[in-house]
Amino acid sequence: SQNFLPFILKQKLKMNNLLLFFMFSWATLRIERGMSIIDSMPLWAAPAIIAREPTSLEEEIKEIRRSGSNKDLDAAPEFEMSDIFYFARRGVESIMDDEVTKRFSAEELESWNLLTRSNYNFHYISLRLTVLWGLGLLIRYGFLLPLRVTLAFTGVGLLVFLTSVVGLLPNGRMKNFLSEKVHLMCYRICVRALTAIITYHDSENKPKNGGICVANHTSPIDVIILASDGCYAMVGQIHGGLMGVIQRSMVKACPHVWFERSEVKDRHLVAKRLSDHVEDKSKLPILIFPEGTCINNTSVMMFKKGSFEIGATVYPVAIKYDPRFGDAFWNSSKFGMVNYLLRMMSSWAIVCSVWYLPPMSREEGEDAVQFANRVKAAIARQGGLVDLLWDGGLKRGKVKDTFKEEQQKLYSKMLVGTQEDRSRS
Amino acid sequence: MGSRASTLLREEEIEEIKKETGFSHSQITRLYSRFTSLDKGENGTLSREDFQRIPELAINPLGDRIINAFFPEGEDQVNFRGFMRTLAHFRPIEDNEKSKNPTASEPLNSRTNKLLFAFRLYDLDRDDKISRDELLQVLRMMVGVNISDEQLGSIADRTIQEADTNGDNSISFNEFIKVLEKVDVEQKMSIRFLH
Repeated sequence: SQNFLPFILKQKLKMNNLLLFFMFSWATLRIERGMSIIDSMPLWAAPAIIAREPTSLEEEIKEIRRSGSNKDLDAAPEFEMSDIFYFARRGVESIMDDEVTKRFSAEELESWNLLTRSNYNFHYISLRLTVLWGLGLLIRYGFLLPLRVTLAFTGVGLLVFLTSVVGLLPNGRMKNFLSEKVHLMCYRICVRALTAIITYHDSENKPKNGGICVANHTSPIDVIILASDGCYAMVGQIHGGLMGVIQRSMVKACPHVWFERSEVKDRHLVAKRLSDHVEDKSKLPILIFPEGTCINNTSVMMFKKGSFEIGATVYPVAIKYDPRFGDAFWNSSKFGMVNYLLRMMSSWAIVCSVWYLPPMSREEGEDAVQFANRVKAAIARQGGLVDLLWDGGLKRGKVKDTFKEEQQKLYSKMLVGTQEDRSRS
Repeated sequence: MGSRASTLLREEEIEEIKKETGFSHSQITRLYSRFTSLDKGENGTLSREDFQRIPELAINPLGDRIINAFFPEGEDQVNFRGFMRTLAHFRPIEDNEKSKNPTASEPLNSRTNKLLFAFRLYDLDRDDKISRDELLQVLRMMVGVNISDEQLGSIADRTIQEADTNGDNSISFNEFIKVLEKVDVEQKMSIRFLH
């Protein structure tokens, strides 16, 4: 990808890389020394505060009744006043710590990484640490940020310009070849712009044409990370502004799947366009994030079944960021895109691992939801993330009443079930 | 970061909460972290909506009643002290506490206070009696639409019959305690902390 750049630019990049490498190693050493100071202090944040046993509603309530009743269990009444203990305790447990709300805010670190933004319980610790932090601030904002912003503008500018140029060519092998090269090169410049240090694992499983690549979603940077290592057809809604400009010029060079805002609601239309795309083997694999929203990289939430209904081969990819060098999670309710990108570019670095998992297809007798859950479990396992059934949409919306109704049904069975047994005997 | 500094917990406050609730220092800071993450308005208090945003609580059939337990009579906001005071009911009872000074006021997590918490989930109007209607209301919340009114009514009647000793067709707190005297309240109404 760097063959296309003039020699001078190449040298400049080499020097920048070297410089960045030294800065990075020095920063790492300082962070580790800083961490050892903090390790002697009480933990900032522990992963879980309370012990929650995964017992079922029935088991728990039976246990409560057993302990309180000296009567024979068969003759026990259907309802006991102590039954509410179960619901009360579960309720208060979820108030103290629940599995869902903490996924929508940045992961708490065990030790401080010298970025004020990750410092939730800020106490003044020592002069030394404050000096280190100040020095870090100077380097990050005075040196790293301007450098990265320049690279970012270069990368994006080149992407828009070159894809438009390639778009002028007639369709054919030359166009596809050039389009690939252009996309890869520009994404790699963007990767440098973020100082993203990515480790790709199992590249033999990389997605092929006619397939769908699914990955867990933490931030818009996910796209850059994956697209700098392979060529994908993007899927998404057409935006206005700069984003829209980029999208419109990208699609000139190779077929991405962009939807108008109105089309997004029409599930059949979306499914049709996606399946048309995968059937054409000359087109690139589609890249989709089935969670539908950014999650904070400690868990994988419910996958929307749309992409799993199409019947194409699915290539799962797990992306795990190392939060110590910079938290990549985009909390879209807190920060806008520009704010977010600035924060990314003024962190130490973005360090992440990408695993290409072996391709999966829907099996006999498996419906789309089960298939989606299977893929999700594989991604969660590989990335060391918690596999949750909850919908990422809970970030903004309310939970459906059906879950409450399920619990009510279970409990009702306990009350009514005993009556049926009684009438039998 | 600036707004957080103004809502930081001071050492004196932590000590007061420790004395009042019996939570340890690290438990209090941990729960304070939790309190601030639930406090979307960042004004140092929680409203009912803040609680309802927790999906696991929203699907709990008694969710609304539990949320109610945090808010004192007629109030719409709860501060951190009130939050901790209510959570303290679920602190496990430690053996060394039983031998403490008998003239000291009863700790929030005593057996009686745990039972009082549960009693108040039933007794919505706080008249210290669980009437037939109040019992029916709670039963209805727990079973949803799955049991008929008649069946539910007979369950309620049976329960009151068994518990009511003074014949006023409602359950007082003492009658409540008597019915549940064998239940392992200490364990079932306690939440174990990992630190």
